[in-house]
Amino acid sequence: MTTTRSATGAPSASPALGGGLARTLRLGGLRIAYEVRAYFRQGDTVFFTFLFPVVMLTIFSVSFSEASFGQTADGEDITAAWFFLPAMLAAGVLLSGLQNLAIDIAAEKSNGTLKRLAGSPLPIVSYFIGKIGQSLVTGILQAAVLLLLGFTVFQVPLPEDPANWGNFLWIFLFGVITSAILGIALSSVPRSGASATAVVIPITLVLQFISGVYLRFSDLPDWLQTFASVFPLKWMAQGMRSVFLPDELVVLEQNEAWDLPGIAIALAIWLVAGLILTRLTFRWIRKDQ
Amino acid sequence: MTTSENVVEVRELRKTYGEMVAVDGVSFDLHRGETFALLGPNGAGKSTTIEILEGYRDRTSGDVRVLGADPQKGGLDWKARLGIVLQSTGEVGAVTVREQLAHFAALYPNPRDVDEVIAAVGLEQKAGSLIRKLSGGQRRRVDVAVGIIGRPELLFLDEPTTGFDPEARRSFWALVRQLQSEGTTILLTTHYLDEAAQLGDRAGVIAGGRLIDIAPIGQLGGADARIPIVRWREAREVREQRTDAPGAFVASLIDRLGPEPEALEVIRPSLEDVYLDLVGREHVDDLAQPETATEAAR
Repeated sequence: MTTTRSATGAPSASPALGGGLARTLRLGGLRIAYEVRAYFRQGDTVFFTFLFPVVMLTIFSVSFSEASFGQTADGEDITAAWFFLPAMLAAGVLLSGLQNLAIDIAAEKSNGTLKRLAGSPLPIVSYFIGKIGQSLVTGILQAAVLLLLGFTVFQVPLPEDPANWGNFLWIFLFGVITSAILGIALSSVPRSGASATAVVIPITLVLQFISGVYLRFSDLPDWLQTFASVFPLKWMAQGMRSVFLPDELVVLEQNEAWDLPGIAIALAIWLVAGLILTRLTFRWIRKDQ
Repeated sequence: MTTSENVVEVRELRKTYGEMVAVDGVSFDLHRGETFALLGPNGAGKSTTIEILEGYRDRTSGDVRVLGADPQKGGLDWKARLGIVLQSTGEVGAVTVREQLAHFAALYPNPRDVDEVIAAVGLEQKAGSLIRKLSGGQRRRVDVAVGIIGRPELLFLDEPTTGFDPEARRSFWALVRQLQSEGTTILLTTHYLDEAAQLGDRAGVIAGGRLIDIAPIGQLGGADARIPIVRWREAREVREQRTDAPGAFVASLIDRLGPEPEALEVIRPSLEDVYLDLVGREHVDDLAQPETATEAAR
């Protein structure tokens, strides 16, 4: 091997890293590209995280194609696809953020990836930016696939009011970021990469059942609705319904309101909780094990 | 306490896990530009020591300086000056050899050229392959490549050539010599004594958590350990004589026993012989200890 800068390239001549925040952000950007590329090469995550809501939307739309989920003011039937599109968008946010990262990072902990990174000059924040960015990029693509499928194949009418799309945007972004942070926090629970799926999937699955993703939220008993309101998915699903379902269906919601401020507050609380937990529990490596 | 001469300074390093003492009062220095081989059997405390220097483990007591800093408090600037090849390869996500090296190169202020490093570890043909599809030995070479991509001042090589075929080991040695000629300080652990002899300037032998010898490779075990041994059979008994003048001694044997003494050998102890002798002695001590302990308990 020849060194191009051998005259000055004596190893002792390494300059300081410098750059601080700029370097952290630049490396965060590189991490996003690196993470997204690796994500789409993993067959199992692509299926269980990325395509899962798409598959579920298809199954629900086809299975319940004869059923009506209510009517609009104009007497138009609300189809299964229409009814479940917002639910699957919310599920996608949870899967792309929480499920994906909790399993991914637990695996990286046990397979030595984090140990390797711990020995490199990668700022921990750049690593987090990479993970959250991966969740955002894959979540956006997932939402695009869901919307496209709903609109073209199942003819779901999409909202025309820009205000609805504005709400979609903030609920989606806020939801993915909160889910991603919670996923990072949750990743310290599984003791090994192999057990991560067994720890994480039951949590996300139960949340999806009690938060109005697979079952109609208004059909759940009041106490269960109240219990589900503790967790963020209920609020994300409610927010997505507020965007995509006709306003008349607001009567099915708790307190007969979409309660957008409540959604923002619930997500904010979980975001802060996730940040605190991450700060307390995340380590590159568990020293002395 | 660090002088410009010493890249690593370790004083009375101790590491205990509950009752278990993994490292027990180890002291040594690494001079700038030298290659120091840490030798010892499995479980002797080599990896614990090296991981304390790398900042992966906290010491129980003692004093450690690596590139002038305490590894327990080493920041990013400090890490940028290190290269680490861990003992276990671990798994790497779905990235190619070139992607992985380009990514790690971006983390360092003055990295080596990615293609040059790929060539240096002999993976030109595999540059575009996913790392998880490589063989064990090839993945190990990726580890080495990642370890040197940042042009480290101090390189840790923890059993770097495990799983290499002899040819790959030879070319790895050539790579290390290249790094040495550029002034890299290297801390190497290995089970291959020929590797330590080929690459090391000095070596320390660690057994039972203690450093039982430290010397230039050619002087390990003391001068006595290298005195040639003459071995022959006489009266149905194998006899040995250590002597600095084996030729003269053999001549005296011939005078005494006739022109062809039975089973005559002249042995010059290799590093491996010296090492096994050192570790063997320690091992016997270790075996003796529990007995004493049991007896004390009675």
